[in-house]
Amino acid sequence: MHLGDLARIALTDEEITRLQGELNVIADAINKVQEVAGDDVPPTANPVPLETYMRPDVAETPLTQAEAISGAPVSESGMFVAPRILGEE
Amino acid sequence: MTEELVKLSAAEMAAKIKSGEVSSRELVEAHLKVIEAAEPSIKAFLQVSADEALAQADAFDEKTAKGQTEGLPELAGVPIAIKDMIVTKGIVTTAASKILEGWVPPYDATVIEKLKAAGMPLLGKTNLDEFAQGSSTEHSAYGPTRNPWDTDRVPGGSGGGSASAVAAFEAPLALGTDTGGSIRQPGALTGTVGVKPTYGGVSRFGAIAMASSLDQIGPVSRTVLDSALLQEVIGGHDRRDSTSIPAPVRPMAAAAREGMKRDLKGMRIGLVKELSGEGFQPGVQARFEESVKKLEQMGAEVVEVSCPHFPYSLGAYYIIMPSEVSSNLARYDGMRYGLRVMPPADVPQTAANMMAYTREAGFGDEVKRRIILGTYALSAGYYDAWYGSAQKVRTLIIQDFNKAFEQADVLVSPTSPSTAFKFGEKMDDPLAMYMNDIATIPANLAGTPAMSIPSGLSDDGLPAGIQFIAPQQRDEVMYKPAAALEAALNEEWGGPIWQSLKTPWLEGLGE
Amino acid sequence: MAEKLMKYADAVKQFDPVIGLETHVELSTNTKLFCPAHVEFGGEPNSQLTPVSLGLPGSLPVINEAAVDYAIKLGLALHCEIAEWSQFSRKNYFYPDMPRNYQISQYDKPTNGNGYLDVELEDGTIFRVPIERAHIEDDAGKNTHVGGADGRIEGADHSLVDYNRAGVPLIEIVTKPIEGVGDRGPEIAGAYMRTLRDIVRALNISHARMEQGNMRADVNVSLRRNPTDPFGTRSETKNVNSFRGIEKTIQYEIRRQAAILNDGGEILQETRHWDEASQTTAGGRVKSDADDYRYFPDPDLVMLHITKEHIERLAAQMPEMPRERRNRLQGEWGFSDLEMRDVVNADALDLIEATVAAGATAAGAKKWWLGELSREANAKGVSLEELPVTPADVAEVEKLIADGKLNDKLAKQTVSGVLAGEGTPAEVVAKHGYQVVSDDGALVAAVEDAMAANPDVVEKLKAGNMKPMGAIIGAVMRATKGQADAKAVNKIVMEKLHA
Repeated sequence: MHLGDLARIALTDEEITRLQGELNVIADAINKVQEVAGDDVPPTANPVPLETYMRPDVAETPLTQAEAISGAPVSESGMFVAPRILGEE
Repeated sequence: MTEELVKLSAAEMAAKIKSGEVSSRELVEAHLKVIEAAEPSIKAFLQVSADEALAQADAFDEKTAKGQTEGLPELAGVPIAIKDMIVTKGIVTTAASKILEGWVPPYDATVIEKLKAAGMPLLGKTNLDEFAQGSSTEHSAYGPTRNPWDTDRVPGGSGGGSASAVAAFEAPLALGTDTGGSIRQPGALTGTVGVKPTYGGVSRFGAIAMASSLDQIGPVSRTVLDSALLQEVIGGHDRRDSTSIPAPVRPMAAAAREGMKRDLKGMRIGLVKELSGEGFQPGVQARFEESVKKLEQMGAEVVEVSCPHFPYSLGAYYIIMPSEVSSNLARYDGMRYGLRVMPPADVPQTAANMMAYTREAGFGDEVKRRIILGTYALSAGYYDAWYGSAQKVRTLIIQDFNKAFEQADVLVSPTSPSTAFKFGEKMDDPLAMYMNDIATIPANLAGTPAMSIPSGLSDDGLPAGIQFIAPQQRDEVMYKPAAALEAALNEEWGGPIWQSLKTPWLEGLGE
Repeated sequence: MAEKLMKYADAVKQFDPVIGLETHVELSTNTKLFCPAHVEFGGEPNSQLTPVSLGLPGSLPVINEAAVDYAIKLGLALHCEIAEWSQFSRKNYFYPDMPRNYQISQYDKPTNGNGYLDVELEDGTIFRVPIERAHIEDDAGKNTHVGGADGRIEGADHSLVDYNRAGVPLIEIVTKPIEGVGDRGPEIAGAYMRTLRDIVRALNISHARMEQGNMRADVNVSLRRNPTDPFGTRSETKNVNSFRGIEKTIQYEIRRQAAILNDGGEILQETRHWDEASQTTAGGRVKSDADDYRYFPDPDLVMLHITKEHIERLAAQMPEMPRERRNRLQGEWGFSDLEMRDVVNADALDLIEATVAAGATAAGAKKWWLGELSREANAKGVSLEELPVTPADVAEVEKLIADGKLNDKLAKQTVSGVLAGEGTPAEVVAKHGYQVVSDDGALVAAVEDAMAANPDVVEKLKAGNMKPMGAIIGAVMRATKGQADAKAVNKIVMEKLHA
């Protein structure tokens, strides 16, 4: 299933079948929103209208290297280890 | 002694600390004892941080001895449990997911910093549906939490751990996170108080993101005043959260204390037509109507209001929430923290495959379902029809609220359509599970504050909840009628709702 | 497997190339775009991170005001419309150097839109490059490939990831399709990139060093038969990081695509890569569904509001733009248009300005940088800036000449010494004992010897025929091993003649 690739999840065949069924049911339920979403209605991304607070460009103490890599499943010389990377993007 | 102590409200505990009758350490020890006795049957905690809590309590008691507690919040020294969706430096934080098993955060959430500054010891991390996705706490990767009222039933979710811990007297207070009702619905199902503050009223920095535009941290307690006091501790502007409102905290404890006088003259209470009646369990509906009558008897004027777009809120929610989930949970990929699972031997051992197999193994069914749904909703060709439309519905719901608040000061509805259901009852039917949040979701979409308090026991002997909703950034407005109703109901029942709760785990705790 | 290429001249005769450039400029702010981690080139891996730039659960972005200001300044310099309300969106895709597996960028509401940049070509014509947008986004970390040949991704066994660069602010400047370039596509692109670099440096918003990756460009090229045809399918060559590379990429792509189209083939819409070693572009990934980035507004960030007052405050701080500066300097230095163009093409403007500031005359400074030093740079294949000689060194040599302490020949030897790493001009002079012989005793003696050895010349000089003076001077020079000051020699001879 293409969505599994986009979401980077190695779904099993059984999961794909089940999810397809479930998604159809949910999709029917949520399709309803289109009934009232007219062109004249502006979208809301954030429920409380705020404008951005801009932070002064002043440095604060960073994590130490040890703290940064403390959770790494695999690390080497202070760096995170990735298995073989294919392609450039 | 232990039983007496843990059955006090947080405000009463704080008063005893202030008068020197009890130390913070004694409170922590008493709760640790209850936790030890209750956990085998309740399973509210994923982590108990006994050593840290005792050290914090001792530090606070030392400050008290030196007279250095001036200026600390009223709840200073009172212990608290934390939903495991909030990061705690040095204490394992998992969001109840396999993918974060064993992760020790190198930093504290803003709310945790505030609790520490207030001298409030952290008892531990409570259970939840994985990444707060669910309404029953059955979706925890570490097993479900049980409802203290009936251990064959769910405590609601996602914050079932925090609600059960407070209901079972394992903690006087807890923090939850509420994205579609995850604080309020478990509150209703466990006979406790749960508050979702105004969006942006409490910093989200350090709250593991589920759906960023809906998530909000809030209090869990056994009394309305305790929630008000706690919200004053954790609330306020935080420059580390761009969605945090740059305004001081509202006078919520004062409003709750005002409400305890049980005089609601001049207050208009709006009954949301779309949020009761059909689909609500008769016992739940009955307790709700009785509660409304009580509010009226205290002088409130009750009006019916209509919010015609509320029936679209579930659809909008199930587009926006999974869309944000699909993006927020992309970071769990086996690279920087948490679980890593390499592909089977016959699959190329690449970074991309490692990520895919890690996520397949690390996420549970419900999380995967929402990630896939969100990926679908955001993908090319569907964005306008779904995400775009859902954002418009959001505008319509905000407009509905604005109109309703022209007619009423505060809105009320039942919190959840039903009382606690049995384990497994709704696990195979995602839509039925999603219906649990039908009444709580509109407040998340609109960013308004909302809270649930017990309205009584339904016909099945299980607690039901009533929800109060106030206008954005005016959280104190709902605390007054909620505290008034709580006082009126307690008088009628001759005590708090938990008098009816059987607590075998408290027996024999003695001295 | 060399690809078939058409001759460039034939390709641009048969086809109309259309170019597009997407340039990433790394901003030189003190901290990252969305968190207060200090940014520094080099440094221990994974030591410049906060929970935000490491993408830890629970962390939230807060925008850096300096990055916004830098973006607005660039927008003003590029004549863009600055949006009062702009928005950050998430670009979702998985890659190991992405801490959150989404990039925070601007999608449908960028801060800067719809501008242009006028660039001057070698013959002095001005070409207007239309700008689509200049938006703000954050950078990813860096992968080092281990276990394969010379750090390349192919054949590598695993990769090490350093997230220090993750979260560094970038501005991406996207041109509209640049049409009407004719056979001058590479030149226009090169001039555009250099002009952009000069602007970015004048604004002091980036170190703008291509070789450090502060500036890199994605180069889009498509061909069509006629300028009135719709655009052809384009190739996108990613992350080209030198001006020459950009020019050569365009030339190569025009030749490659022309050959394919000429044979009746189709251009694949794909990403390609410029290979410096082979001077070719190599095919990469064909565009597919995987490019579904699922953009949506970042719910962790609210709308960016830029007020008129904010823009006016920044507009008042705008420094002189490169073209205005060039005109001013040309006036101050008294250079002709041609001379000025030579200076610009040699990338010597800054160096000459600094040399003049250090005390040299403009003509003197130009003589060195465009002469001796340009030859040296060419021979070594480096830029003038990279030569181990500073404007102060050049000014010092010029002063020694003006003071009569060095003549031209010694001056060149002195500069050679500086280039060879022998130290400052003063140190080189001292080391080799370079000195113009101008003290009267030795010089008078040498002149007397030369006059005595050339009585016929002296006769002619006495008769007023000054032409053979060179013979005397030459003799003195030989005698003094080139250290004599020709002017001083001349003066002594004249005195002797009229004594």
